[in-house]
Amino acid sequence: MPTALSIQNLSKVYQNGVIALQGIDLTVEQGDFFALLGPNGAGKSTTIGIISSLVNKSAGKVAVFGHDLDHDLAAAKASIGLVPQEYNFNQFEPVIEILASQAGYYGIPRPLALERAELYLNQLGLWDKRLEHARNLSGGMKRRLMIARALVHEPRLLILDEPTAGVDIEIRHSMWNFLREINEAGTTIILTTHYLEEAEQLCRNIAIINNGRIVENTSMRELLSRMDTHTLVLDLLHPLAQAPALPGFSTSLPDEHTLEVVVSGHSSITQLFMALALQNIEIGSLRNKTNRLEELFIRLIGNKGEDA
Amino acid sequence: MNGREQLIAIKAILWKEVLRFSRLWVQTILPPMISTALYFVIFGRLIGSQIHDLNGFHYMDYIVPGLILMAVITNSYGNVVASFYSSKFQRHIEEMLVSPLPNYLIMIGFVGGGLARGIAVGGAVTLVSLFFTVIPLHNLFIAISVLLLTSTLFSLAGLINAIYATSFDDITVIPTFVLTPLTYLGGVFYTVTMLPPFWQHISMANPILYMVNAFRYGLLGVSDVNLNVAFIAIIAFNVVFFWYALNLLNRGYGVRT
Ligand SMILES: Nc1ncnc2c1ncn2[C@@H]1O[C@H](COP(=O)(O)OP(=O)(O)OP(=O)(O)O)[C@@H](O)[C@H]1O
Ligand SMILES: [Mg+2]
Repeated sequence: MPTALSIQNLSKVYQNGVIALQGIDLTVEQGDFFALLGPNGAGKSTTIGIISSLVNKSAGKVAVFGHDLDHDLAAAKASIGLVPQEYNFNQFEPVIEILASQAGYYGIPRPLALERAELYLNQLGLWDKRLEHARNLSGGMKRRLMIARALVHEPRLLILDEPTAGVDIEIRHSMWNFLREINEAGTTIILTTHYLEEAEQLCRNIAIINNGRIVENTSMRELLSRMDTHTLVLDLLHPLAQAPALPGFSTSLPDEHTLEVVVSGHSSITQLFMALALQNIEIGSLRNKTNRLEELFIRLIGNKGEDA
Repeated sequence: MNGREQLIAIKAILWKEVLRFSRLWVQTILPPMISTALYFVIFGRLIGSQIHDLNGFHYMDYIVPGLILMAVITNSYGNVVASFYSSKFQRHIEEMLVSPLPNYLIMIGFVGGGLARGIAVGGAVTLVSLFFTVIPLHNLFIAISVLLLTSTLFSLAGLINAIYATSFDDITVIPTFVLTPLTYLGGVFYTVTMLPPFWQHISMANPILYMVNAFRYGLLGVSDVNLNVAFIAIIAFNVVFFWYALNLLNRGYGVRT
C-alpha cells in the first residue's frame, strides 16, 4: 500500500532568491491525520503549494498515493483536495456554481456535482448561502466554502492550510468534528495551523518545520511524552506575601493571588496538594500555564531554529 | 482524464465563461450594438451619402462586413483577456490549476468563451445592421469560416496578453495601442486601392486587412487581397498563437511560482 504522501529532499528557491525549503523529507501514511506546524514563513504553504502543483519545486521528489508528480501528475492531482491559506474564489460567482464548476474540472457530471454540493454545503452549514456570491460571505463562511470545494471530487488526501484562521470557537469545534468524521471515513488529512491546541486535539502525527527544514517529525503522543516539566497556575483564595516552599516543587508568586508551580513529569499532583494543605493554602482553581504542545513547540523552534 | 471527463470539464469552463459575459451583457453585448447603430447613422446617412460607391457598393454597405468583424475582434480579445486576467488576479485560476485538467483544455475553454462572445456579438451587430440595410451573402462558408478563425485568433491573442499581464494597465495597453490602430487601418472603412502605393504596401503587412477583406468577400464578393493568401495567413497565425499560448501555460508562466 503506497503512502498517501512521500516527499524526498524537496527544496524551493523562489525567483526573488528566497530559499523557502532546504531539502525536506516527509512521509504521511494513508488514513493519517497529520499536522504540519511551524512559525510564519517556515515553508508550510510552500510545501503545500508544491504538493498541489501551484508552486514549481526546485529539486526533490513528491509522490501522492504512489503517483509521482513528475510522471503521473493528473492522477496525483485527482487524489488531492486543497484548502488554500488565502481565499481564491471568483468573488462574483454564486456558491453553488463554485462547487459545480470545480467538480466539472475533475470530470464529474453536473447532476452528480450538484448532489455533492448539496451534501457538503449542508454539512458545513452553507446550504442557505448557496445562491450568494462568494464576496457576500463572512470570513468563516469562506473558509468553510473552501473546505466544501476541496471535497466535491471526494479526494483521498485533504490538505488544509490554516482552515480555522479567523473562525469563531463554535464553528471551529464543528469543523473539528467534521474533519474527524471524514478522517474516520478514510480520508487522509494534512493540516497546518497556528492553534497548537487544534493540532493536539486532532492530529496523530506531526512534523515541525522551521526555516525550510523539518526540525521534528514524530507522533503526537511521543512528542507530548517528551514534555518533562510543565507549569501549573494556581489561583489562591487568600493572598500570600511570598512564595511558599513546597518540597519537590519549585514555586513562584507573580502576584499575591497567583502561585506558579513547576511540576516535573514524574511528580505527583496529589503530593503537591497535600503540601499545600499542610500550609493551609487554599486553591480556588488551577490551569496549565501554556498548552503543552505550545511549550514544546517554542522550545523546538527556539533551539533548532538558531543554527539554520 | 478520459475523453468523457474531458468533455465534462470543457463544458464546465465554457458554461462559466458564457455565464460571465451573459451576466455582464450591458458591458459586453450592448456597447457594440450601440456603436454599430451610430456608425450607420453617421456613415450611412450623414457622411455616407456624400461618398461615392466603393467597388459597386454604397459606402455603408461596403463597410458593414468590416464593422461586424471589428466587433468580433474586439470582443473575442476583450473577453479572454479580461476573464483570464481576472481569474489570475482573484486567483481562482488555481481552481483549474489544482485539478487534473490538462493545459490545452484550460486553453480551449477560455478560447471557446472568447469565440462564444465573438459569435454572440457578431450576431447582435448583424441584427442591428439588418435594421438599416440588406446584407448580401456571397459565400456562406467563407463568411462563417473567416469569422470563426478570426474570433479564435483574437481569443488566443487575448489569452497571451492576459498570461503576460501583471496589472490592469497591461490588459488595456495592447487593445488601445495595437489592436485598435491595426483594425482602423485594416481596411474596415476604405479600400486599400484608395491609398498611395507606399501605404498600400505597408497595409499588406497588417494581418487584420486580410481578415476584413476575406470576410467582406464572404458577404459582398469583393476583396482587396487574394483569398488563398488570406486563409493561409489566418490559419498560420492561429497555429502559431495556439502553440505559443499552450507553451506559456505549460511553463506555468505567470500563474505558477
Ligand atoms: N511567491 C513567493 N515569492 C517569493 N517568496 C515567497 C513566495 N511565497 C512565499 N515566499 C517566501 O517563502 C518563505 C516561506 O513562505 P511560506 O508561505 O511557505 O510560509 P508558511 O510556513 O506558510 O508561513 P505562514 O504561517 O505565515 O503562512 C517565506 O520567506 C516567504 O516570504
Ligand atoms: Mg502559509
